[in-house]
Amino acid sequence: MNTNLAAQINSFLAAMILLTAFGMLVQRRMYGLIHLFAWQGLFLSVSTAVVGFVAGAHHLYISSILTLSLKVILLPYILHVLIQRLKIHKEVETIVNVPMTMLIGIALVVFSYHLTAPVRELSTLITRSTLAVALATVMLGLLMMITRKHAVTQIIGFLAMENGLFFAATSATYGMPLVVELGVALDILIAAFIFGIFFFQIHTTFDSLDIDQMARLKEED
Amino acid sequence: MMFYPFLIEVLQILIILAVAPVFAGWVKMLKCWSQGRTSPGLFQPYRDIVKLFSKDVVLAENASWIFRGTPYLVFGVVVLSGGIVPMLSVDLPLAATADVIALVALFAIARFFTALAGMDIGTAFGGMGSSREMTIASLAEPAMLMAIFTVSLASKSTSLSQMVQVVYSGQAVLRPSLAFALLAFILIALAETGRIPVDNPATHLELTMIHEAMILEYSGRHLALIEWAGMMKLFLFVMLGIAVFSPWGIAASGDLAAIPRAFLFMILKLGAVGAGLVLIETGLAKMRLFRLTEFLGSAFLLATLGMLSYFILE
Amino acid sequence: MPLLILLSVPLFAAIVLAFIGDRKYAPEINILGSAATFAAGISLALEVYVEGPMLAGGKFFFVDAFNVYLAVLTSFVSMTTAIFSRRYMRKERQDGHVGPIRMRFYHAMFQLFIFAMLLCLLTNNVGVLWIAMELATLSTVLLVSLYRTPSAIEAAWKYFILCGVGIALALFGTVLLYFAAEKVLGAGGEALLWTNLSQVSGKLEPTVLSLAFVFLMVGYGTKVGLVPVHNWLPDAHSEGPTPISAVLSGLLLNVALYALVRCKVLVDGSTGTHHAGDIMMGFGLLSIIVAAFSLLRQKDIKRMFAYSSIEHMGIATFAFGLGGPIATFGALLHMLVHSLTKSAIFFTVGHASQMHWTQEMDRIKGLIKGNPLVGWGLMFGVMAIVGMPPFGVFTSEFLILTATMKDAPLLTPFLLLGFGVAFAALFRRVQPMVTGPVPSYQRPLKAAHIPVMLHMALVLVIGIYMPDFLNRWFHTAVELLK
Repeated sequence: MNTNLAAQINSFLAAMILLTAFGMLVQRRMYGLIHLFAWQGLFLSVSTAVVGFVAGAHHLYISSILTLSLKVILLPYILHVLIQRLKIHKEVETIVNVPMTMLIGIALVVFSYHLTAPVRELSTLITRSTLAVALATVMLGLLMMITRKHAVTQIIGFLAMENGLFFAATSATYGMPLVVELGVALDILIAAFIFGIFFFQIHTTFDSLDIDQMARLKEED
Repeated sequence: MMFYPFLIEVLQILIILAVAPVFAGWVKMLKCWSQGRTSPGLFQPYRDIVKLFSKDVVLAENASWIFRGTPYLVFGVVVLSGGIVPMLSVDLPLAATADVIALVALFAIARFFTALAGMDIGTAFGGMGSSREMTIASLAEPAMLMAIFTVSLASKSTSLSQMVQVVYSGQAVLRPSLAFALLAFILIALAETGRIPVDNPATHLELTMIHEAMILEYSGRHLALIEWAGMMKLFLFVMLGIAVFSPWGIAASGDLAAIPRAFLFMILKLGAVGAGLVLIETGLAKMRLFRLTEFLGSAFLLATLGMLSYFILE
Repeated sequence: MPLLILLSVPLFAAIVLAFIGDRKYAPEINILGSAATFAAGISLALEVYVEGPMLAGGKFFFVDAFNVYLAVLTSFVSMTTAIFSRRYMRKERQDGHVGPIRMRFYHAMFQLFIFAMLLCLLTNNVGVLWIAMELATLSTVLLVSLYRTPSAIEAAWKYFILCGVGIALALFGTVLLYFAAEKVLGAGGEALLWTNLSQVSGKLEPTVLSLAFVFLMVGYGTKVGLVPVHNWLPDAHSEGPTPISAVLSGLLLNVALYALVRCKVLVDGSTGTHHAGDIMMGFGLLSIIVAAFSLLRQKDIKRMFAYSSIEHMGIATFAFGLGGPIATFGALLHMLVHSLTKSAIFFTVGHASQMHWTQEMDRIKGLIKGNPLVGWGLMFGVMAIVGMPPFGVFTSEFLILTATMKDAPLLTPFLLLGFGVAFAALFRRVQPMVTGPVPSYQRPLKAAHIPVMLHMALVLVIGIYMPDFLNRWFHTAVELLK
């Protein structure tokens, strides 16, 4: 396929990634969150493969398969099992109400667009326009971590941030060198195991995964 | 040809008057089939309208001119709107005078007077329906404008025929902004025309009504006009969506011979959209009222995302 | 190859201890492994001292005066902490706070943590730097929640989330750095090597590097514990077992600051302005002031000293940001003496809290009478950390103050304010703890005397008479950081 078509497909996938990021921001149900996260990972791995095909950067195929297996299959599966074991079926509370969260999200998208302007001017890659979307996904993941009061959603927000970062790597530079990407994937895997263990620890001690419970460590006046 | 635009205009008004009830009947038929019931037939809305015209009007004693005049006003406004939305041909004379903002304003006029009429008599249900309707309107209108603006960014004009022209002549391009705008438009159309998941058009329970509650007191020819206008509004929203997002098959400017083909395409697309509408209505449940803000907020969000992605990605 | 031994011993020890960490001789194996690491560190340092900076492992590792001194410090403090941990954790096991599985986990993660820090210090690849930093965080997260109390789990969770977010932002900064580097050095692993980057830093695009530095500052700054992204630090350092608090405060903060300074050197080379340094100075000063005032409000002893770590890291960041030979020398010295003093303090604090069954300062009294080593150790430790002569911290703080008066005189009052408030706050708290009669609930214990005495002696020696080799070592490092 020629560069133009690839750029369009990439833009479309970027838009889909942004859409899933917003979807996760407003989604209340736990399983819905996991499905949206899996979709985001799928769009990300397809985008990586497309960029790898068109730019001739073959190590991106490996990254794409890594993303697919880790973020689309393994991590959602782990989360799914955790939610079932810990019997979390409730909806998630939010600190700010949903429309306000969406407005903040839109503001973050505009902000990241302005922030990545210098990089966009200098880049010669076909994927340069998607760097803003990547940074926006990172920010939206951060917003999700801040505005939700549940440990599982905080983790999903964290993983969404990692998705955005990975997307940023492919947008700005056709992917980091393979050794770095493998290391990052390893770190994510270890982090996944750790938070799995964590959930059990939290659940055993606090009997719920509501973050509000964990607010004891403050200075007393 | 001088009379070509005039012909198109007259044809469109005739189509909207005649085909809108058939579309409503088609949706009802599909819904009944999907729910395992026997449908009342494709042309039942005609029979309903004729029946209503032959009945007497029962007016409350304190009904003012607003109550009496609203059905005619609403009917007129919707027919006028029908003259703006391109259905058969790209070349539409009235489109030069009224763009999409005027279209939204026309719908607003209709809604404004219906809401007033609902409160006119002084019944509780009428007031409730009016307030709910205005809540939805206050959220849906900005979203609708944002969605249309996203499309007009690409066509550099808010005139509907111009927009259709640009989308028609462009290649089948994967434009994220249009995709987002389409999603937003679907959500808004569901809200504005009062379908599930926003409002159940077939409900009999007054406390769950939004649009129906405003017109509870109407009877006879007034009700016939309002019902007909309601069907035409649904038809118009569908045609607006088809014209702006998938206008292929529409007759190009000045091409008289392509009109019958355009008409055929229109019928086919209407049939498909009707089926899609029934899928949505049967698949979803009606939302609780206070979730509406989120629903319409999502629509606004999608439209804004479409606009942003136009600048960011294109 | 000392480098190979330096990195492989902790890794090997981690694997071994994962299986036998709960046996009686496990702490001794821990100490042995750390001692071997330290010996390898010393020999590597001697090599670099004699021959100058060197590349190893096919450009994958880079050892110069800056990081080898930190590597030696890391291996030394980890060795002494392992010695301390032997007596401390034995008491904890007796009290029933940890079981055998957790002991194995503790020992294995301790060594893995050392490995991660050494990898972070010695690698040449900026991407691997990030990976090792993340690994260091992850290996300690579950250690903070080792005691499984509600506050421990909360502290570990905050640590995980806040540092995770910070590190993610640092990754974005690294991506931007790679983006700028790729233009000059071409795609592939070469573009991420620090040696290459520092050579071509003048050609790297300034706008992109400034943007990258902002992200790297926020990201690695979170790990250093700079205000306002410091919220995880008091909790994490106070809730974990004391040996972990000691290495977190003494070592990990240094490593994070090292990463930050490496990036700053690149950015300075690219932009040519003092922009990056100004940002670091701002964050550093803010940390000093906020931490100093926060010291006044603390009731938990480990929490208080965690805030003291924030303050001192702020001082070091400020000094690195200020730049210039005096300030950089002061900052390097400060990293060294703070690490030694703070870990010594944590050693005494750990025993003090074990003696009194609590970490609350109101309940800890009469330390000198109860256990002279712990009492005097804490007293001298606090005297050292607040910057009293003749301890080494006085020297470094004095140098930094002098440099500030020369280069940024308007900021001197703030520095002095921070020093003064910290002095008052710490003394106010420590005085009643070490003096006075022994309370009834205090219990005696055998303290680990070697680590505390060794650290304090070193700090004293450095303060009174800085050895010549150390002097020259620092000067070489200062040259590298220009």
